[in-house]
Amino acid sequence: MTSQALYQGTSDYVASTDLQQVVNVALAIGRPLLLKGEPGTGKTLLAASIAEALKRPLLRWNIKSTTKAVDGLYVYDTVQRLNDSRFGGGDVGNVKHYIKLGKMGLAFTAEQPVVLLIDEIDKADLEFPNDLLAEIDEMRFHIPETDEEISARHRPMVVITSNSEKELPDPFLRRCVFHFIEFPDEAMMTRIVQVHFPDLEKKLLQAALQKFFELRKLPNLKKPPSTSELIDWLHALLAMGIDSKRILEETPMLGVLLKNEQDQAHPRIARLRR
Amino acid sequence: MFLAFFYSLRALKVPVGTHEWLDLMEALSAELSESSVDRFYYLGRALLVKSESLYDAYDQAFLACFSGVEAAEFKKQLADWLNRVVDPAQRPELPPGLEKLDLDELRRRFQERLRQQNEAHHGGSHWVGTGGTSPFGHSGAHPSGIRIGGPGGGRMAVKVAEERRFRNYRHDLVLDTRQLKVALKRLRRLEPTGQAVELDIGGTIDKTSRNAGEIDLVYRQPRKNQAELMLLMDVGGSMDPYAQLVESLFSAAHASRHFKAFHHFYFHNCIYSRLYTDMQQRHFVPTEEIFRRYRRSFHVLVVGDACMNPYELFVPNGSIDYFESHAESGIAWLRKIREHYPSIVWLNPESPDYWNGHPTIHAVSQLIRMFPLTVAGLTGAVDELRKEVVLPSFQNAAFSGQRLYE
Repeated sequence: MTSQALYQGTSDYVASTDLQQVVNVALAIGRPLLLKGEPGTGKTLLAASIAEALKRPLLRWNIKSTTKAVDGLYVYDTVQRLNDSRFGGGDVGNVKHYIKLGKMGLAFTAEQPVVLLIDEIDKADLEFPNDLLAEIDEMRFHIPETDEEISARHRPMVVITSNSEKELPDPFLRRCVFHFIEFPDEAMMTRIVQVHFPDLEKKLLQAALQKFFELRKLPNLKKPPSTSELIDWLHALLAMGIDSKRILEETPMLGVLLKNEQDQAHPRIARLRR
Repeated sequence: MFLAFFYSLRALKVPVGTHEWLDLMEALSAELSESSVDRFYYLGRALLVKSESLYDAYDQAFLACFSGVEAAEFKKQLADWLNRVVDPAQRPELPPGLEKLDLDELRRRFQERLRQQNEAHHGGSHWVGTGGTSPFGHSGAHPSGIRIGGPGGGRMAVKVAEERRFRNYRHDLVLDTRQLKVALKRLRRLEPTGQAVELDIGGTIDKTSRNAGEIDLVYRQPRKNQAELMLLMDVGGSMDPYAQLVESLFSAAHASRHFKAFHHFYFHNCIYSRLYTDMQQRHFVPTEEIFRRYRRSFHVLVVGDACMNPYELFVPNGSIDYFESHAESGIAWLRKIREHYPSIVWLNPESPDYWNGHPTIHAVSQLIRMFPLTVAGLTGAVDELRKEVVLPSFQNAAFSGQRLYE
């Protein structure tokens, strides 16, 4: 259909068929891909995987509660300029010298198409996504200080992740392709684990997965274990040389899976441990 | 079929507009060679639905429109539909790559695919894709005749929709603390507070230039949430079935560190002269004392079913607790509380269907705005709390408007 390569997951990231399709749709129609899902379902990793599969550089813009939209475009370092003008050093007369492009600015000016990850967009202020609308739509922005117009040489593939701490504004959502990453089921999880542990003994894997999903099903867990905890747990189990029988009998090293004190004190977990 | 789908989505309150719909057509045209019910299911979901809380509504609409539709019929309809509607002039912002495929080419490919599919159907044999990657997969496993290819246990789109796995993400059902937290978070009121630690660039430049270029840094106070919240919870008796719910609301409010102050108290059935600090109701603070301790700007969330014997609410000394006899009736106390804390709402775990039919729920809801104890209800309640509250000023007894929120 187009010259763009299709995304099909990478050797270290297992993408379900629907996820692959969604990524390709976002690529085809050139819209940002908005990902939501439980922590630990691989939202952030997906961006890295897309970058790897498409052989594009990955630019990562981590959002904090204090991040402003303009930070991603450019930063005008006034304090540095003030300092230089007072104490000398630097080319004070040239404003450009003090304009530093942010992650989005870099994505626009890059020589080749890139993957831009806007990680945890919901951490920022409620108005943050709205402030990026024009830039995402038109793929360009204006720097008033230098009267420069930065427009994208290549449309970057924008991947946005959200933990739904805040609801995102409708006009912003309208411009996104949305996907909610479900927690992997057992078959999918088996594939994911096999990517990380290609030579894992089958019995051990089954035992570990059985315990893992048992734990996840417990009612009222504050923080149910996710994929990354499972991987850590398997690492720990292997390092300690624990076999499948022991896993089933006593669920060892629970601390790797459950990080919350209250969760560890869960009555049914006490029973699991015996 | 497709327009019906569009309207059933809208009927189920999925906010689909022409914007999304045009996107979908654009994507379908780009993906046409691969079209199938399954792909359409995921494609439509990615482009039309922007929140997991609406996935369930999408599933319902999808079921209503595409359940039992034969694959071949689906393709024919899809071709007709795109043929009729897709007009390049109607599609703004088309990415350059897509233009290369003109409509005739698209249609030709599509017809080709359709022909193949018909043959397979007429032959009555399975049309098996290699390695499970064909979008058509095995036929006949389901009324819609299509199965998702790909490894890892394919699900039929219609079947996925049928399972309605996203029912739990609906907003109008009661959910986990995280979502309650999100709702509560909106109850914030930012005001400059604390130590001046934020660099004020404008001020710095101003002061520096006044200082003949000698740098003089100016700092200002960061803005922090000034909202204060009080949670009053009914415990015991008829509230027992809802204990877990109330607990999750409590933990959500408690864990939200952004409130300037958060206090919680318990009561049984109705609030009288005492509010308890423990669930067992052994320790209490007189309600009057609460009025003194906590400012009128506190937001108050009352959680309770408001179901009680009418005399508990309307008759003096009507309290269910022997020790709590008081000359004033429950409703009089509730009125006092509402007068003292104008920003007050009631969250009721009972279904709103019962509210009007039950004498005490009805009476309480006449006095204090009542919302169901669901995520949607809490959001509505927070909106109510956020409203501008006119606080009567004590000094001159005149009413002065004070805007609580920016």
